[in-house]
Amino acid sequence: MTSPAKPDALSRRRFLGGAALAGAGFAGAGSARAEMAKPDPLITEVQDWSRYLGEGVDKRPYGTPSRFEKNVMRRDVSWLTASPESSVNFTPLHELDGIITPSGLCFERHHGGIADIEPANHRLMIHGLVDKPLVFTMEDIKRMPRQNRIHFLECAANSGMEWRGAQLNGCQFTHGMVHNVMYTGVPLKVLLAEVGVKPSAKWLMLEGADSSGMNRSLPIEKALDDVLIAFAMNGEALRPEQGYPLRAVIPGWEGNLWVKWLRRIEVGDQPWQAREETSKYTDLLADGRSRRFTFFMDAKSVVTNPSPQAPLKQKGRNVLSGLAWSGRGTIKRVDVTLDGGKNWQHARIDGPVLDKSLTRFYVDFDWAGQDLLIQSRAMDSTGYLQPTKDELRKVRGTNSIYHNNGIQTWHVKANGETENVEIG
Amino acid sequence: MSRSVNPALLAGLAAIAVLAAAPLIAQTKPAAKPTHPPAKAAPAPAPAAKLGLGREALPEEIKAWDIAVRPDGKGLPPGKGTVKQGDEIFQAQCASCHGEFGQGNGRWPVLAGGIGSLKSDRPEKTIGSFWPDLSTVFDYVRRAMPYGNAQSLSPDELYAVTAYLLYLNDIVKDEDFELSDKNFTSVKLPNAAAFYDDDRETTEKAFWGKEPCMTNCKPEVKITGRAVILDVTPDSKTAPKVD
Repeated sequence: MTSPAKPDALSRRRFLGGAALAGAGFAGAGSARAEMAKPDPLITEVQDWSRYLGEGVDKRPYGTPSRFEKNVMRRDVSWLTASPESSVNFTPLHELDGIITPSGLCFERHHGGIADIEPANHRLMIHGLVDKPLVFTMEDIKRMPRQNRIHFLECAANSGMEWRGAQLNGCQFTHGMVHNVMYTGVPLKVLLAEVGVKPSAKWLMLEGADSSGMNRSLPIEKALDDVLIAFAMNGEALRPEQGYPLRAVIPGWEGNLWVKWLRRIEVGDQPWQAREETSKYTDLLADGRSRRFTFFMDAKSVVTNPSPQAPLKQKGRNVLSGLAWSGRGTIKRVDVTLDGGKNWQHARIDGPVLDKSLTRFYVDFDWAGQDLLIQSRAMDSTGYLQPTKDELRKVRGTNSIYHNNGIQTWHVKANGETENVEIG
Repeated sequence: MSRSVNPALLAGLAAIAVLAAAPLIAQTKPAAKPTHPPAKAAPAPAPAAKLGLGREALPEEIKAWDIAVRPDGKGLPPGKGTVKQGDEIFQAQCASCHGEFGQGNGRWPVLAGGIGSLKSDRPEKTIGSFWPDLSTVFDYVRRAMPYGNAQSLSPDELYAVTAYLLYLNDIVKDEDFELSDKNFTSVKLPNAAAFYDDDRETTEKAFWGKEPCMTNCKPEVKITGRAVILDVTPDSKTAPKVD
């Protein structure tokens, strides 16, 4: 399941590249010790938070992060879109750890704003090539057998701004259109069994109740395989911006298919060629032709720390951390380089390695203050190896917008400042 | 907290503490023989028997929500509209975002032009240059436009606006051209033949099954591009026009 970790001594030799650099690291540690010769008033004096009563229970009846974490938030790139109602913001990947994205930090993508729906007023209709068209209320759906599954949701346009070159400084912006939560819902096949799908059925159309009436066509094989119609994420009701009260979960496939505020499923014998699957979410190649129905999200990884928004602050011991995922299965291994791809080592995978889920990896290393060129590359359970950006451009050109899963490079400078770069 | 704490409450808290400790004590006892097999992931619920949940959708309800239109014309409502009529509706309902001639305002989508640009560095993906099916125009305008007042156009207005978009894209040349449910599927868009289904597993086969290099993989590494040169990251000084 996990890759073997490199012994620390070995990696230290590789990264520091000699005794002289290692000595510089220790000098830094020595001066830090000298500073500590004076007692720390934070220890020797009783602090306010230790003396006076804090807030009582129910002061935060739902609960919010510490006020010192207020920078941990979704952010948009305002010049990307014409209006905030049809726009996207980004998950602050560099501020998170483990594999679960807190519900309030899951990136948002809307096409007509957030639909505000009272669950008692929500309906799901399934009709078309069925024995009996049915209407379900939320109460009906919650009386059906349900499942819990942890999956990543990645927008096909994640990293899309980087096709032509390094553009945005921060993994929040280059890779933040991905999140990973536990969904609770009813398998779509249970709902389809209720309406009785006719043998001529080949495709389904999923449609939202928002003001864009978002619709996508879905092959019936996938619908009968692992699609979930979800009403909860991370143990609570879906957040409004994530489709409250009901959304589609299409594991491993591009986020645009995961229709939010799901109100209608039509069963048919061919795809609908909706705007989202013709004018958008098709991949224009260099020869002027376009791939469509590119559903799978290929294996991808990114180092979240260090990264431009999370520079290295200390010489000596450090933890490199990142995320890897594949829409085709599980993550088999992740390799990391600190010298721009001359040498690689297996990253240490920690935490659950789940199907079509974010997977967390680490490299514990020493830094002497030298320039680093950091990359990670993921391999999934199908043997797919994450390509370099140039390898991708060679087969897809630079007009694709979507499905950019190329290897990301961060340049860490001597002062720890970290920048999004490309290398050759 | 006040100093006069209710003794009954304290007792209650103590009881909670005792309960919390109980499992620790239990662990010191020899393990009892399990009476159940260890928990295992159960298979997904079998959809064999119907649950009998949900109620039948009435024909009027299906009609009210069944707004999707397919390339073969399935879903088209009866109706008709001319380019001229569409021009008027477009100027009143659409031009503030898309421009009088579909050229786009600000960051709002460009709807016309771009023919022959798809292989260039700046492809312009409009209805005429890129979209494969006319039904997509009708379907999308019907469900999502005008932006902020969705599903407000009548079928005749939808045919008229669609006809005007064909005119803006030089696909029909006559201002008196009338589009209807009868002639809709006879109109073809220029780029229709350029679309094909996902073939990554064939054309990108080289990305599978490679044994990656681990040591001394390249002699030299050079930085070839830097994000800070563009300076377009939020919170930085400039926000240039980027598409």
